[in-house]
Amino acid sequence: MGRYVIRRLIQAIPVLLGATLFIFAIVFALPGDPVEALAGEKRQDPAILAVIRDQYHLNDPLLVQYWHYITGIVLEGDFGKTFAGVPVTQLLAGKLQVTLNLALVALTLEAVIGVLLGLWAALRRGRATDTAILASTLLLISIPTLVTGFVLQLWLGVWLKQAVGTEIFPIAGATQGLKSYLLPGFVLAGTSIAYLTRLTRTSLVETLRSDYIRTATAKGLSRRRVVGRHGLRNALIPMVTYLGADLGALMGGAVITETIFNLPGIGKQLYDGVYLREQPIVVGIVTILVLVYILANLVVDMLYAVLDPRIRYE
Amino acid sequence: MRKTSLDTLPAEGGLGNEPLLAVDNLHVEFATRAGLVRAVNGVSYSLNPGETVAVLGESGSGKSVTAQAIMGILDMPPARIPQGEVRFRGTDLLKLSEEARTQVRGQRIAMIFQDALSALNPVFTVGWQISEMFRVHRGMSKRDGMKKAVELMDKVRIPAAKQRINDYPHQFSGGMRQRIMIAMSIALDPEVLIADEPTTALDVTVQAQIMELLAELQRESNMGMILITHDLGVVADVADKIAVMYGGRIVENASVHDIYKSPAHPYTKGLLESIPRVDLKGQELYAIKGLPPNLLDMPTGCAFHPRCPYRQDNCVTDVPPLHEISGTRNSACHYWREVLDGDQR
Ligand SMILES: Nc1ncnc2c1ncn2[C@@H]1O[C@H](COP(=O)(O)OP(=O)(O)OP(=O)(O)O)[C@@H](O)[C@H]1O
Ligand SMILES: [Mg+2]
Repeated sequence: MGRYVIRRLIQAIPVLLGATLFIFAIVFALPGDPVEALAGEKRQDPAILAVIRDQYHLNDPLLVQYWHYITGIVLEGDFGKTFAGVPVTQLLAGKLQVTLNLALVALTLEAVIGVLLGLWAALRRGRATDTAILASTLLLISIPTLVTGFVLQLWLGVWLKQAVGTEIFPIAGATQGLKSYLLPGFVLAGTSIAYLTRLTRTSLVETLRSDYIRTATAKGLSRRRVVGRHGLRNALIPMVTYLGADLGALMGGAVITETIFNLPGIGKQLYDGVYLREQPIVVGIVTILVLVYILANLVVDMLYAVLDPRIRYE
Repeated sequence: MRKTSLDTLPAEGGLGNEPLLAVDNLHVEFATRAGLVRAVNGVSYSLNPGETVAVLGESGSGKSVTAQAIMGILDMPPARIPQGEVRFRGTDLLKLSEEARTQVRGQRIAMIFQDALSALNPVFTVGWQISEMFRVHRGMSKRDGMKKAVELMDKVRIPAAKQRINDYPHQFSGGMRQRIMIAMSIALDPEVLIADEPTTALDVTVQAQIMELLAELQRESNMGMILITHDLGVVADVADKIAVMYGGRIVENASVHDIYKSPAHPYTKGLLESIPRVDLKGQELYAIKGLPPNLLDMPTGCAFHPRCPYRQDNCVTDVPPLHEISGTRNSACHYWREVLDGDQR
């Protein structure tokens, strides 16, 4: 198992390099001059702009810039500086926490709601409850996050507050602890909840058809034990895979949600970074996201071996 | 002796002439998209303690569905039992509440299945799965349950049982897996064991060992056994009675001795003639002509008539009743006398 983990981590290196180079090239190819954009409307002395360009290696060819960037990370843990002179690591540290909080709240909501709804639908297969749950998941999948975000912000944030007189769901900022993450977390998790519900339902329905479920029933076990122990334990395998892979997707998908709810996370920072063409910020964030994806997948594969004894890594 | 929480069922038999288990005029149908599938159409057979009834018949004749109806493990819907009784020690199981039935399942009537690999849960150890019987039904601790599991694995002769208790089903060979299945089924000393083609998935030498084991366990505990099988060779060795099914009906019911001596139904006769025999080596093997009936569109009259060498006009129109040939023998053929006398086509 240990050797397997090491091998997987080594395999992650080319993935990371490829992903960062790719994003580096894309940012490089964006039209316009970042230094001019930074200066805004004011006309700046071209000499000053040239100094800034030189300082940030902006005149070098792409691969040379990339080389500077990577060696900086590897040798000094230096992800570069923003144009304002703040180290990227320092800028992102606090923001990463916000996004991680948001993603974890979303993941928890997803797991709890998705599994419960899926379980409920599976046990009522073919009946009205099942149909209603399936229909609402389809609805949830087809509405863009942008819409659910603004609508829920208005209904649960603004109108509910007016109706009951106190604020139940804060609509902006991350200043009220867990409370400030509930509404954005739900919005972020929206489509994932729908997918997990459907996956749980399918997986459990499929599992409940297997021979070993019939055996469990023939052993004289209660329906509760048959479904809860023998069924769910097997149905869990695809569900855990999906949840693990989704952590990365949730963090990457936080851009819209963080912008709507004005949460100071890396998603919002990514948006600003692209807008200002701050290469070190954009590439730094993407590197973090790729890392999260890789680690989450590794954890999922480990969990796989725990959940399914037929799978062994050596 | 027997510990049971079920008050409605007598603990011991001996209710006059009532057998241990009696299936009486059982009907099972499935609502499917293509229409109503009448899988079982009035099946009756009975079982006494220590007795083995072999249920024979080609694929799709309703053997497994009947067994599942006895166990109460059919999915309803789509299955439905419009009429019939399954009497266990005189009590109709079909009329019991689901809760009461759960008490019968596994504890008093147990079942083993054809493919032990898929019938055992892949994610739990075999020890866990066997000991679950003791933990759930006898309230034993994990440790005591495991001890019992080792004893049972020894009993069904799994080598090094103690070391293998924490292995998973996929780590065993096919024969060993079926032994584990058997150990689990006999854990609580059931009075009836239903074995649905327990050896079909195994190779021939292992088949014989498993049948021997089942026969031995049965002798020790005097349980009644319903053995569903395709293998007529096995039947002659272990069964006392035979019930032959065709198209969801019993076509012949008799002792092993009577059937092997002279079958009283053309279908049974066809089955017996299709066994390879050493003395007829080199000759072409006999096979019953034609296809099994379509359950959605059963032939009129006797379901076997399109394939029957004894067919007369009334076979196409009249459903044959189960004629009583002797006290212990029935045949659902209008011309059972001719078949019995061996008038050949
Ligand atoms: N869930 C179901 N829905 C519809 N039809 C079913 C269902 N289960 C069984 N049947 C039908 O019932 C008939 C009898 O099936 P059964 O499994 O009892 O056959 P069998 O005699 O055990 O055959 P085999 O020797 O192949 O095991 C089959 O034709 C099958 O198609
Ligand atoms: Mg069958």
